[in-house]
Amino acid sequence: MFVYMDHTATTPTSPEVLKAMMPYFSENFGNPSSVYSFSRKSRAAIEKARGQVAAALNADPSEIFFTGSGTEADNWALKGTLEKAKIAGKNHLITTQIEHHAILHTAEYLKKVEGVEVTYLPVDAEGFVSVEDVKNAITDKTALVSIMFANNEVGTIEPVAEIGALCREKKIPFHTDAVQAAAHLDIDVKAMNIDMLSMSAHKMYGPKGVGALYLRKGLRPENFVHGGAQEKGRRASTENIAGIVGFGEAMEIFKSRLEEDKKINSARRDKLIAGLLQKIPHAKLNGPDISKGDKRLPNNINFSFIGVEGETLLLDLDAKGISASTGSACSSESLDPSHVLLALGLKHEMAHGSLRFTLGRLTTDEQIDYVLEVLPEIVARRREMSPLWEEYLKSR
Amino acid sequence: MALDYSQKVMDHFINPRNVGEIPDADGIGEAGNPKCGDIMKIYLKVNPDTNIIEDVKFKTFGCASAIASSSMATELIKGRTIEDAWNLTNSAVAEALDGLPPIKMHCSVLAEEAIHTALNDYRQKHGMKTIPMEHHEE
Repeated sequence: MFVYMDHTATTPTSPEVLKAMMPYFSENFGNPSSVYSFSRKSRAAIEKARGQVAAALNADPSEIFFTGSGTEADNWALKGTLEKAKIAGKNHLITTQIEHHAILHTAEYLKKVEGVEVTYLPVDAEGFVSVEDVKNAITDKTALVSIMFANNEVGTIEPVAEIGALCREKKIPFHTDAVQAAAHLDIDVKAMNIDMLSMSAHKMYGPKGVGALYLRKGLRPENFVHGGAQEKGRRASTENIAGIVGFGEAMEIFKSRLEEDKKINSARRDKLIAGLLQKIPHAKLNGPDISKGDKRLPNNINFSFIGVEGETLLLDLDAKGISASTGSACSSESLDPSHVLLALGLKHEMAHGSLRFTLGRLTTDEQIDYVLEVLPEIVARRREMSPLWEEYLKSR
Repeated sequence: MALDYSQKVMDHFINPRNVGEIPDADGIGEAGNPKCGDIMKIYLKVNPDTNIIEDVKFKTFGCASAIASSSMATELIKGRTIEDAWNLTNSAVAEALDGLPPIKMHCSVLAEEAIHTALNDYRQKHGMKTIPMEHHEE
């Protein structure tokens, strides 16, 4: 059985999306910037997609700017805003310890190169940021608050609307990295007082290589990609027409099935969580408590199994046809485990033993049963050969 | 990158040799710590007349390459004298596994250290002088 449970890493481009994209490779290949009538089709296609993305967020089409990725949108929001704010003498950025590296490494860059002061807010044991902490961190030098909508590793959904209201009241721009959230949740940028929002197509069954930044009317961060006058002079480079068309289509499809998908995903998620807690002794659910299902991304399951190491589990699962993910250092380039799990207060050995399943359109009920059947055996077998497990049992 | 392992590594990871404990072991050695994500424990049964390692078992917490390194290392020292076993280097373990990804070389170092610690434990218990341990940077 092939079981893909890593939808947070990426999703397959859906056939309908691919079909909509196809005419924009070889047939309607015209450069949207060209004057002749042949290029009109390309321009019209981009504007249609812009409308589709805007509609899903309750934004105006003029507030959507296509980028090469969610990471680029994050880079633009942070660098563009902080560079612009420098003129007004503001050099303070507020973010969190559990952001994606697209935010954290950009913040580090700004600190190093632009001398920006960065506040990394802590989170509680479930991954929640406190609105009070955001409030207390704001100074008269604060140029931007950037807090993720939902965490990619543990699925925690942050109190974005409250933070948005606070920032609006304090007249500080609020950016949110919604690369994961935009693929699972209903987002209304107006009601939530969001000023900037990053997203990515390939997390929602669209193609890789295309993202977007929502920029509320009136906000003008410095440009990030310089060159031609594309995207109303805000983001240079010839448009990835097929990618943009795919993004628009993917977003519209996502929105049309959002409530249904949410229901199906969260039911499967809760079944897998409950099953693993019941079948595997000393299993720890990472992220929001099981009682707070509406505060966890509907497709996210993250566990730590004391005594076993994450990469081991991934390879054992892979041998059974299951694709999952881990926050263990052993699957990364560094020797440190996930910064998110450490920020939640997990001990290193627990962070090394983390395993993430993320569900989606490829998931079936049979697959959930299959994981519940094979994972307990895998964990038991690897614990059997682990000195750490032996030690843990003795210490109890 | 995590899956770029040789077939030998995968074989020793999926079916590790010599897993377990020896209740009346003559030498026990441990290396690594939970913080870095790898702990290896080696148990030796040594014939006191010949100084030959007659049995060896291991328990390891860590990634696939840590488990495979432990498995291979125990295979390589089984049936050897304690002097021979001391000379087993981490690179010999890695070579026997048809190589390890560079970032995983520390796993083979851990195997060498765990064996050295177990051998010194045996030497000490049997009135022999312990051998100073070399500490690798990686």
